[in-house]
Amino acid sequence: EADSDGAPSILVPGAVPRRQLCFAWGPAEVLVCETLFGRAGTGEGAPSTSRVFVVRRDQDIYIQTLRKLFNESHGIFMGLQRSEEELAGKSRKAQLVQVSKNYRSVIRACMEDMHQAAISTRDPALQGQYSTQVSILSAMELIWNLCEILFVEAAAAGPLLLRLLDWVRLHVCDVDSMVREVLSSENPSKHKLFWNVVDIFVLQGRMDEARHLLSKEASANPTSMNMYKILDDLMKKMPVPSLGNTQTLTELELKWQHWHEECQRYLQDGTFASNPHMESICKILLGDEDAILEKKELMTTWYHFLVTRLLYSHPTVKPMELRFYAQSSMDLFLGGESSPEPLDMILMAAFEFEMHQVIKECSIVLSNWWFVAHLTDLLDHCKLLQSHNLYFGSNMREFLLLEYASGLFSHHSLWQLGVDYFDHCPQYGRVYLELHIERIPLSTEQKALKVLRICEQRQMHEQVRSICKIMAMKALRNNRLGSALSWSIRAKDAAFATLISDRFLKDYCERGCFSDLDLIDNLGPSMLLSDRLTFLGKYREFHRLYGEKRFPEAARLLLTLMTAHIAPCSFWMTLLTDALPLLEQKEVIFSAEQTYELMRCLEDLTAGNPDKQKFQDDDVETTKVEMLRLALARNLARVIVKEGTVEGS
Amino acid sequence: MFVARSIAADHRDLIHDVSFDFHGRRMATCSSDQSVKVWDKSENGDWHCTASWKTHSGSVWRVTWAHPEFGQVLASCSFDRTAAVWEEIVGESNDKLRGQSHWVKRTTLVDSRTSVTDVKFAPKHMGLMLATCSADGVVRIYEAPDVMNLSQWSLQHEISCKLSCSCISWNPSSSRAHSPMIAVGSDDNSPNILAKVQIYEYNENTRKYAKAEALMTVTDPVHDIAFAPNLGRSFHILAVATKDVRIFTLKPLRKEVTSSGGLTKFEIHIVAQFDNHNSQVWRVSWNITGTVLASSGDDGCVRLWKANYMDNWKCTGILKGNGSPVNGSSQQGIFNASLGSANTSLQNSLNGSSASRKQS
Repeated sequence: EADSDGAPSILVPGAVPRRQLCFAWGPAEVLVCETLFGRAGTGEGAPSTSRVFVVRRDQDIYIQTLRKLFNESHGIFMGLQRSEEELAGKSRKAQLVQVSKNYRSVIRACMEDMHQAAISTRDPALQGQYSTQVSILSAMELIWNLCEILFVEAAAAGPLLLRLLDWVRLHVCDVDSMVREVLSSENPSKHKLFWNVVDIFVLQGRMDEARHLLSKEASANPTSMNMYKILDDLMKKMPVPSLGNTQTLTELELKWQHWHEECQRYLQDGTFASNPHMESICKILLGDEDAILEKKELMTTWYHFLVTRLLYSHPTVKPMELRFYAQSSMDLFLGGESSPEPLDMILMAAFEFEMHQVIKECSIVLSNWWFVAHLTDLLDHCKLLQSHNLYFGSNMREFLLLEYASGLFSHHSLWQLGVDYFDHCPQYGRVYLELHIERIPLSTEQKALKVLRICEQRQMHEQVRSICKIMAMKALRNNRLGSALSWSIRAKDAAFATLISDRFLKDYCERGCFSDLDLIDNLGPSMLLSDRLTFLGKYREFHRLYGEKRFPEAARLLLTLMTAHIAPCSFWMTLLTDALPLLEQKEVIFSAEQTYELMRCLEDLTAGNPDKQKFQDDDVETTKVEMLRLALARNLARVIVKEGTVEGS
Repeated sequence: MFVARSIAADHRDLIHDVSFDFHGRRMATCSSDQSVKVWDKSENGDWHCTASWKTHSGSVWRVTWAHPEFGQVLASCSFDRTAAVWEEIVGESNDKLRGQSHWVKRTTLVDSRTSVTDVKFAPKHMGLMLATCSADGVVRIYEAPDVMNLSQWSLQHEISCKLSCSCISWNPSSSRAHSPMIAVGSDDNSPNILAKVQIYEYNENTRKYAKAEALMTVTDPVHDIAFAPNLGRSFHILAVATKDVRIFTLKPLRKEVTSSGGLTKFEIHIVAQFDNHNSQVWRVSWNITGTVLASSGDDGCVRLWKANYMDNWKCTGILKGNGSPVNGSSQQGIFNASLGSANTSLQNSLNGSSASRKQS
């Protein structure tokens, strides 16, 4: 049921009608919850049939089955965007027609898959859904095929009719089983449906097949041999447009006129009077509307009727003349008994060359944007939607592509196709991509990396930064400092890198060892992102050098950390304490100059420290300072002696 | 085709607000039972309640998520005259196994003397900042300068709107061309024709928020208000829930240079007005691209509004309850939008069942 303003209703099962609803948008879903506006609750533990509904488009069924359609059409779409625009005229047109055929073949492949799925499932509900999808796909292919003939190929008078005949033969298949039945029977000419099949062949311009069947009838019925021979001859001689340039339209029309007159003479002479079937065929050949309309049940659709009419009354019909024949065909065929369905209106709009109308009607009737988005894009490439035709021409293309691609983003893997579509929407594609891509749940590292790669390729710096920050934050909350640091570095987030480095250092102070050594050891140039990070890297290096017993280098580094102010003041005490084992080595490591430097650092630390109280009252701290002073003094003594004794050190 | 999953929320009183997190994998509900519940979506699509706790000493009106860049953070506001900020603490492994998580209160904002009716986080490019509005007509903007220390929030601005406030909306635009902007709606229903929507803009020179505009055509009580995401447009779009649904565009004109510094003037147009709800409209909210507006009213429907490529707005769908029970076993109920039934008519056309030949 639709609302009075024509909008479709989306019923939420289980939700009480007319209960007020509060809601919230998500990236792919809408939350809906029963509430009462403008009122506080009853405050006394009221009912809670309070339920929350999570509403979303049901992608599951058609995504599974249409997934192949989406994937393969994506390839065709991309090929089209990149295709050679330098090709002009006939080659370009041929290329575009090929693209159109490719799309149609993908639709047909999908139909076939779904048909298989329908017959192999045991669940009647699923079967129903699959069958519905097959019908919809079939309708889409029917419409697309007609658009290809009229718009993409823009078949001219002559070939136009042949294309339309092919189209009808391919798509009006209700009669196929009947045909098979008759042809495979032992005695076709005795089959009760024999003449129906002959009629069908004639109505569809399948002259050879009609003649073949008729010959069987003739051999079974020698008395009508004469009649048969004449009819057969007429059918053989019927002038039809040819695809090559072997004759001009004028020549064809002339020949056709003569042939038409010949048929007329035979009919009027009563040649076929004794055989109503053959007489009716002759009338059809003459384009007699009533005779053709009598075969309504065999044609099944008004557009079949249209093409048959054209074949037998105006085979050289021009594209622009189609609209008149189409309208009158539909009127005659429906005969006021039924009204046109949406599909009929779409096809009519196509015959009237109202491209915009075709797209608009399809948008309303089809529940996904795939069809209109791809068809419109193709028509745009054919330069049929230029601004001078419709002022919103390319806007419409983009609008539809944006809708289609946005829909893909609610799917956990098809969103990647959406990215490419956004890339080819010059006006809003980028911002739509930015908005959608940052909402993709980063459930795993791989997914995050995949999303990041896409953003980096497109210089979407803000999104890169944001995604990395989100991942860093998540890692930090779970105390995975190494991961958090990696992400901060990737985000080039100096502030956060500093924060995490501080955490590392704090952890070290508390536990006496580092976590995530691999990461810190291999920071490389990214160490320079923040001062604290640089310190962290260098400090770890100090520990490594110490561990490898490269004491002089370690000592030099340790000193530099303080003198070059790489280390934060808060850490100096720790560094000086780290110097102790170096000072107490058997061998003298720190030079005199270095020792003086260390002493100066210690004095700076204790003197300039606002927490002087702390140093004085805290026994541990005081002891440490005293130990350091002692060690430094002893080292100084030793080194003075050493440097005084050894030459040229 | 649309699918709905039903979740028994188990609040003991009316639910006033539901909110999705940024990625759509967590949601929060708040209720007159004074509690907030947080739900997580599992890999297979089921929703589980992972936290439920008492947040206030009065009805909780709104609950909202901060941007995930700041971690897992919620804000709530209540009849009890306070707003609160909550952070999820990663718990012990036992909790994880039981699928539970803990939320701790980081701060209580107690400056309001009346019910706090709305709370909204500012766009992330402004840092960790939020705004509240109260029935006392004051909008308060708070900031946490250190994002790693959520217990420190300072009141940065107090905006006196002179009318009881019901809702606020931050302009999400992060463009340098736009100063921070906040829209405030008032549900004051004493008889007057004062503008019930005011727009405040941050002035870089005075470092204060000043009133930039008042929508004079909105004189009925306003229940909800929402700026649309900015798609790189130069102008802003604002939806208002009042006695009907209204959509305004605000186009910045050249800044007037006065002694107090630049204050933007706007050209205001109403681009859509819908009274289809035929009753008070209580909520309006934009989807993530700002292409669809949803509204909800006293009539018990949620309506979806969309503009076509010619910028004409119209209703493209109506969500409403149909009352039939949900299948007990699965969490799913499948039903057709009439878009689906249109597919049936397409199918009928193909089979030639109605337009082309009579049923035999």
